[in-house]
Amino acid sequence: MEFITQPWAWYVAGPIIALVMFLLFYFGERFGVSSNLETLCSIGGAGKFVDYFKIDWKQNAWNLIFIAGAITGGFIAANWLSPTDVVNLNPQTVQDLADIGIANAGASYLPDEIFSVETMLSVKGFLVLLTAGILVGFGSRWAGGCTSGHAIVGLSNLELPSLISVIGFFIGGLTMTWLILPLIL
Amino acid sequence: MKYIKFFLVGILFGIVMSKAEIISWYRIYEMFKFQSFHMYGIIGSAVVIGMANMYFFRKKMVKTFEGKEVYVAPKKKGMYRNLLGGILFGLGWALAGACPGPMFVLVGKGVVSIFVVIFGSIFGAFLYGLLKNRLPH
Repeated sequence: MEFITQPWAWYVAGPIIALVMFLLFYFGERFGVSSNLETLCSIGGAGKFVDYFKIDWKQNAWNLIFIAGAITGGFIAANWLSPTDVVNLNPQTVQDLADIGIANAGASYLPDEIFSVETMLSVKGFLVLLTAGILVGFGSRWAGGCTSGHAIVGLSNLELPSLISVIGFFIGGLTMTWLILPLIL
Repeated sequence: MKYIKFFLVGILFGIVMSKAEIISWYRIYEMFKFQSFHMYGIIGSAVVIGMANMYFFRKKMVKTFEGKEVYVAPKKKGMYRNLLGGILFGLGWALAGACPGPMFVLVGKGVVSIFVVIFGSIFGAFLYGLLKNRLPH
């Protein structure tokens, strides 16, 4: 049981993610999580305002079910498979985060300075969370995919658009981490 | 009943995202700081195995459970779309410390504030649909 409850190494997680991709192809679908954001827009009635969302969302229902499973998996892992919430980070990372105002990095999965309910209820904290979400949603749909669709499936399939997107992911991610985060935290 | 298999694969996905700490904001920060091999090992090994899968699909050595050929729909081409969309996504990924999959897994973990991020991402997708015809692709 300890094999399950300890944190899983990259060489365990990577092959399992590849298995998830394989199983979805085997079941006749393509791994890609951000498409669900458009499907949720359609279900929410966005088609009344924008023709782009006038789709028969039922053909994407499998993907929403997949997400429901992912939520369930997160619940199972958090409640029954994880005796501790500690993340063993590089000590340098912990120091770097302390320098920009995030204390006790790695004591749990998420920094309170961004994700605590108190932070969420502050104007700045709420806007940080909302902006992060808008960037993810807008960017992934413009690029036509996120980490799953582009970085995992697209790169596996040697697709140039996915390589360009992943380069973009890193330009954006490095800019946020190195230049913008120290300013806004 | 045909949806149960997708639910089960989703559970596996949610568990591996949690247990390998991919849903941790810190792991994403550490990755973009080049201070850990963890995330690179995960994405890299998934892609290498994925390439082998694609080879088997192309050679028709593996078919779907219904016996059909596996069709991998190509991603849309376009420098502006992929690069600029990718950059915006990357900014959000590093700020939220979560991409769309982990966002939903964090709901299962009971993180209340992630609903703001999810609402934002759905609204972001709506804004894209609204502005699509004015954006370069």
